[in-house]
Amino acid sequence: MQNRARTIAIEELRERIQHLEGGSVRTREALPFGVDEIDRHLPGGGLALGALHEVAGGGNGALDGAAAALFTAGIAARTTGKVFWCVTRQDLFMPGIVQAGLSNNRVVMVECRDEKGVLDCFEESLRCRGVGAVIGELARLPMTASRRLQLAAETSGVLGIAIRRWRRHADVSDFGHPTAAVTRWRISVLPSQPLPVPGIGRARWYLELLRCRAAESADYVVEACDAKGRLGLPADLANRSPSKDPWATSAAG
Amino acid sequence: MIAREGSRRLVVAANAAALAAGLRIGMPASKAQALVAELIIEELRPEEDRKELDRLALWFLRNYAPIVAADPPDGIVIDTTGADHLHGNETLMLTGMINRLFAMGFTARAAIADSWGAAHALARFSAKPTLVVPEGAAAQAMLDLPIAVLRLEDRTVAALRTLGFDRVSELAATPRAPLALRFGPEIGRRLDQALGRVAEPIDPIRAAEAIEARRAFAEPISATETIARYVRMLVVRLCGALEEQGIGVRRLDLILHRVDNTLQVIRAGTAKPVRDVERLTKLLCDRIDTIDPGFGIEIMVLSAAHCEPLEAVQTISSLIEEPEAEIGGLIDVIANRGHRVYRVAAVESDVPERSLAAVSALADDDELGWPVEWPRPSRLLLHPEPIQCMALLPDHPPVSFTWRGSRHAVKRADGPERVFGEWWKRDKELGAIRDYFVVENEAGERFWIFRQGDGEHADSGSGSWFLQGIFG
Repeated sequence: MQNRARTIAIEELRERIQHLEGGSVRTREALPFGVDEIDRHLPGGGLALGALHEVAGGGNGALDGAAAALFTAGIAARTTGKVFWCVTRQDLFMPGIVQAGLSNNRVVMVECRDEKGVLDCFEESLRCRGVGAVIGELARLPMTASRRLQLAAETSGVLGIAIRRWRRHADVSDFGHPTAAVTRWRISVLPSQPLPVPGIGRARWYLELLRCRAAESADYVVEACDAKGRLGLPADLANRSPSKDPWATSAAG
Repeated sequence: MIAREGSRRLVVAANAAALAAGLRIGMPASKAQALVAELIIEELRPEEDRKELDRLALWFLRNYAPIVAADPPDGIVIDTTGADHLHGNETLMLTGMINRLFAMGFTARAAIADSWGAAHALARFSAKPTLVVPEGAAAQAMLDLPIAVLRLEDRTVAALRTLGFDRVSELAATPRAPLALRFGPEIGRRLDQALGRVAEPIDPIRAAEAIEARRAFAEPISATETIARYVRMLVVRLCGALEEQGIGVRRLDLILHRVDNTLQVIRAGTAKPVRDVERLTKLLCDRIDTIDPGFGIEIMVLSAAHCEPLEAVQTISSLIEEPEAEIGGLIDVIANRGHRVYRVAAVESDVPERSLAAVSALADDDELGWPVEWPRPSRLLLHPEPIQCMALLPDHPPVSFTWRGSRHAVKRADGPERVFGEWWKRDKELGAIRDYFVVENEAGERFWIFRQGDGEHADSGSGSWFLQGIFG
């Protein structure tokens, strides 16, 4: 009984805080991953729309951003509308992105001269209602810039994802700095699903939710995006909890 | 091949074939006819040339920049300030310009420099067909050129040569007074113009049918907010005029006449014809900070340089069909800030780097697509990087490879996927083969590597290995 009263009191307080924060009283929509384990953990049952999220690769992935790009493409594939992808380096290979479910007809590439241009285009696109998602590849994301992006996303309700990738391993420590992003993910590659024959099976990722507003951080082992952009739980893990040994599923590299 | 009558008939222009046959400019026509039996001779018609040049200048006005003028007898001068951003950058704009002119049947040379004089000289006398001289370096580049580049009368050039002047540098180092005494002020003026010491305004050509909105101010204005307010008023007037004719604007020029009699321009381009006041105002006001009002602006002219028909379209009114969100405005804003906006479409080719092309962001959907059954990396290196490999020939994946100084042991692999050279594009690719493998190292990182050649025949490739892509 006492427990219930406490829950109600907390609910009321939350509502009042939301009023004080001003603006959007409307509940924020979320984009579920379709993987129960992750969705249950995230507030709202999925990745919040109208918010900024950060994604980076682990190990060498922090430099090439290959897995991060696929993970992001998988998320963008499940939105509707055009997707703006702002880059400075032109090494994104569209045939690979299409295999994560994001059609090349939906992706508008914006090639900027420098990071300042990326931030500029990122914000401008985020302000445009009706865009499905906006993705920006950034090395540096200062607090002020991320705050601007987050506000832009809040006003339009568009999903913004910053892929963080750096040119040198020494710069990766930048990922520890705080930003206004709602969630922060790190994707590291794991050895692929074992096959009974020689060859490479479906790719697997070690997904770390490093930071999440209003939820604890967590980590998962998932199968990489399929042709519809959905993640999957590995079959050999789906029906039992992962090994208690923390070293068994450590990040690659 | 054209010949003109002075008191004699001289060759004044000849095409490449005629020059190869031994004709020279300035040669008597009778001699030319003696050299080549079936020479086609046409009379020079300067008035028609001039008209044609004006028409070409209008084409440049529509496609490239707001300030364009014919520079007779054979040139066109363009002020590209504030216009190159629509074409990527200056170099891209110049090469694109030359290529389009070539497709139209012209042989052209172009140069961008600080001053009209320098650009005029470098376009005609530099070794390369296109040349972009960085800011401030034009005067230095001019010094080595012969004095014929200075746009002086032939008589003056000949007389200067007699006096021993050969290069611009020699002329620039000579005291002015004796030269002026002998030849008049012309030499000094041309020299200053070429070296960018005095301004040389371009009197821009105006299309007769162009729709314009104009506003003159009793007191010069210079504050950004004031300019923005008047821009909006002009856009409203212009859109009214556009609506009467049922057209929309593709290139919009805002020309600001400053009190010191120089022009400042903003050119805005759109991907599709537009007649929307808000959108056009935003495009122009977005770039107001790039102009320098100096001591104030007297006259403001808004001119639709390039228009296309724009019909009202019925919007979707059905219950189920969602209207596609309007992103044209966003694309225009980003493109006008100088960023490249495009979509990627498939091209029918098995060679990975040739299998895609950039198309306009508002182009129709690409139906072709890429085959989905073959794995493709999410990142493709700009140039395949050589790796050191240990592999069994002919068709085994490598056991290990070294890339960028670190060694990767291959745990699992898939392949080969064979790609043949495209002999219809280049003769050299006739026997060329690439064998692609997907390899995974012990950490789970997946790479896309290929071997040049089939591993058996030397003519199919050298057998060296390259890393081209990274899977996620």
